[in-house]
Amino acid sequence: MLQVTSVTHRYDVSQPWLHRVLVGEPRQCLTAVDNVSFRIERGETLSLVGESGCGKSTVARLVVGLHAPSEGTIRFQGETLSSVRAQPALRRQFNMIFQDPYSSLNPRWRVRDVIGEPIRVFGLASDQVALRQRVDALLVQVGLVAEDGEKYPHQFSGGQRQRISIARALASEPVFLVCDEPTSALDVSVQAQILNLMRDLQRRLGLTLLFISHNLAVVRHMSDRIGVMYLGSIVEIGPADDIFHAPRHPYTRLLLDALPDMTQTGRKRSPVGGPIWCEVPDPIDPPTGCPFHPRCPLADARCRREKPTIMLSGRTEVACHAVEEGRLPDQ
Amino acid sequence: MTLLSVRDLVIEIPSRPGLTRRAMARFIDGVSFDIDKGEILGVVGESGAGKSLTGAAITGLLPPPGRITGGTVELDGQRIDGLPPSMLRRLRGRRIGMIFQDPLTTLDPLFTIGQQLVETMRTHLPLSDTAARARARDWLDRVGIPGADRRIDAYPHEFSGGQRQRVVIALALCAEPDLLIADEPTTALDVSVQAHIIALLHELARERGTAVMLITHDMGVIAEIADRVAVMYAGRIAEIGRVDSVIRHPSHPYTDGLIGTIPSVAHRLDRLRQIDGTMPRPDAMPAGCAFHPRCPKGFDRCRQDRPLLRPVGDSLAACWLA
Amino acid sequence: MTGFWLQSDLVNGFRNAPLAVASALVVAVLVVAAAFAPWLAPHNPMDVASLSLLDSFKPPFGMPDADPANPLGTDNQGRDVLSAIMFGLRVSLLVGFCSILLAALTGGAIGLLAGYAGGLADAVLMRIADIQLTFPAILTALLVDGIIGAALPRTMRESVQIYVMIFAIGISLWPGFARTIRGSTLMERNKDYVLAARVIGVPAWRIALTHVLPNVLGPVLVIGTLGMGMAILTEATLSFLGIGLPPTHPSLGTLIRFGNDFLFSGQWWVTAFPGLALVLTVLSINLLGDWLRDALNPKLR
Repeated sequence: MLQVTSVTHRYDVSQPWLHRVLVGEPRQCLTAVDNVSFRIERGETLSLVGESGCGKSTVARLVVGLHAPSEGTIRFQGETLSSVRAQPALRRQFNMIFQDPYSSLNPRWRVRDVIGEPIRVFGLASDQVALRQRVDALLVQVGLVAEDGEKYPHQFSGGQRQRISIARALASEPVFLVCDEPTSALDVSVQAQILNLMRDLQRRLGLTLLFISHNLAVVRHMSDRIGVMYLGSIVEIGPADDIFHAPRHPYTRLLLDALPDMTQTGRKRSPVGGPIWCEVPDPIDPPTGCPFHPRCPLADARCRREKPTIMLSGRTEVACHAVEEGRLPDQ
Repeated sequence: MTLLSVRDLVIEIPSRPGLTRRAMARFIDGVSFDIDKGEILGVVGESGAGKSLTGAAITGLLPPPGRITGGTVELDGQRIDGLPPSMLRRLRGRRIGMIFQDPLTTLDPLFTIGQQLVETMRTHLPLSDTAARARARDWLDRVGIPGADRRIDAYPHEFSGGQRQRVVIALALCAEPDLLIADEPTTALDVSVQAHIIALLHELARERGTAVMLITHDMGVIAEIADRVAVMYAGRIAEIGRVDSVIRHPSHPYTDGLIGTIPSVAHRLDRLRQIDGTMPRPDAMPAGCAFHPRCPKGFDRCRQDRPLLRPVGDSLAACWLA
Repeated sequence: MTGFWLQSDLVNGFRNAPLAVASALVVAVLVVAAAFAPWLAPHNPMDVASLSLLDSFKPPFGMPDADPANPLGTDNQGRDVLSAIMFGLRVSLLVGFCSILLAALTGGAIGLLAGYAGGLADAVLMRIADIQLTFPAILTALLVDGIIGAALPRTMRESVQIYVMIFAIGISLWPGFARTIRGSTLMERNKDYVLAARVIGVPAWRIALTHVLPNVLGPVLVIGTLGMGMAILTEATLSFLGIGLPPTHPSLGTLIRFGNDFLFSGQWWVTAFPGLALVLTVLSINLLGDWLRDALNPKLR
């Protein structure tokens, strides 16, 4: 359904022109997404996981067409994204859910207007009455009541606002949804409710999902396939079970190991990762060669020089010299 | 040996400030717990449960118009709630260190971190300027800032998020307090950095015998480094006990539900266990047990009488089922 | 929407701030006095026929020879100062309000456009605003007034002067509105609800008007109120300098100017009371605006 090919996206983060001229600074570009390719089949859920600066949110925005990629193509059901966006009938087939329940709803609009907007824009309701009915039905579908339509967003809790966001995303009757960290701002128990809701809706409506998150555990429950991103590139991508039970890329292993494990109380943990004080480098100034090499216990001279390309290895694709050369220790 | 003793703490905040009629709502309603010397107590709960308020109340940093209206807080046998601000100021830093969630606002952007460390140390300890500076350098080394000699004169904005949090930890511990209150120390950080920070906290606390009150919503973090855990719900403690008992054999239905809702990496579930409904707001607290509207095992008594903490196995739980 | 406002903290806070209530009351009194001046004023200073030189220079209440019919005294032609103030207030408030409205509408539209469109449009519009801001507002108003005045035939000048004033002062004040609205727009346009509308393909102009505009209007009320004081003063200054409104349709400024001639001959009341009225008006409007700004400041909430 969705095909992303060699997409690269750069942001121009240079200082204003006058400043640059006076100080003599060159333009500065931040490569948020670097030669990323993946596909999503109809009905499946692909999750993109990574920490800050990995580019997953940028990918989400590129996929729905909020920005045009600097390089590469994105195809939706065979057609290029730009032509899809130009046709309302096609454009309504995808929609997006955002992370922050507090800024994703217009504080001055009533909830029924918020949910009704996609319906109005795409002309899916014949008149006001039909519109009202559809909005009420959507509210019930996400676990709220029809009367909630009269209220304003600030009268709801974070979890309820996410439900409203979901209702809005479903209002245009899409087949494909991009979810940008929808539960990251919610409490654990509310998160469980929202994730269950999303799974139910997906099953019932046959949706295809692109799910973005930094939380591997959440992603475990939502995905068929998982892609791990680091500093703008996909380092490993494959079926969820394989990623979790047999992670190959050192970064994937680091992420999995970093997850606090509740079944092991008092576990003495020595966190994985080369010089252990390193963190994710600044995306403006990425390391040479493989972006992960400063933190990788398996890094060698080749890793510092050459950026690994993603290759199929078993059922997952991995971008790592150590894997390619068979240097990877078993877990 | 008990270091901190909180008994029946009640904190009230006017629920609609600005109106002529002020209704006070109990944001913390009868919370009691102890922290022994050198022990790590985790305080876990969701947003609105009152865990940050408890931490703030202990150090006297409760934002007005909130007030402690009942109960006592004792540090080493002496009451510290209700002390005048000047005495509380001396307490903070010297006997109680604090770490907040956002390292960006904890550090003063106008001063170098060396200056901030030295100032904190010299306020509470009898040290000369050179001695304090040497110690500051050692602290930076200890918390893992590479190149401490140079970095001691750097400003906060020159550090990354994780490094700033390390500096904040150094700042909190440099005056050698007996108790450290850490309020969501890792929430604003990336997952891989969280692991390091938690390990660092654990190490430092053990090394110096500092007691820690670790406030977080992340049960996994508590599971890793805490000795005991207190589960808070709606301004009350639902369960408190040794970490392995509470996590493996939770006695309170809320604790059980909370642990169940956390998705595990081990296997994929068809449906996550969920707790329906939301935490009640302080001005709309149900009668009896605060959790009963959402509790799968509630019965009549739960609706009428509020359960107090009673022993269940080696923990304490506030539940009539115990 | 009204329900939203009536229940808001704003109204509750207002009831608890005595200064705000007091200044609001004063403003209300002034507005009523000005609006209904033709009916409320004890005399009509415009009606030449009713004037009599015998009434000239009557001193105000409390001084010897005071006439209770003229509590604030009369001027050299027998015009009642109180009535003149009421009519003058009318003109002053009208000019102040209309010019601010003009400034808000143009400044707001430009600010919204610049903030939402960004890029070249933003840069150009804001540079124009910056350039205009380097000139004191009074100077700009003076300039506009002069240009239009020179362009109009002499006969028309007096009757349209009030419109020219409104236009000139409005034009001099638009950059303030533009910059504030632009700032708020910049903040709002990156919020997720705007992105959500963009995802489904709502055209930019519609997003700006239906989504962004309601959220950036807050500060407009504040600058509008504070700006009105400024507008009234600007007009008064221009009138005092003789370039503003003519004596046939005097504003408070014109009255002050007029009475200034008699200040040192001992008939102080002809200039003092209009001056006092001006101060009272601007002060209460400013206090109201100050309170509004603090009340609406999200950081203080």
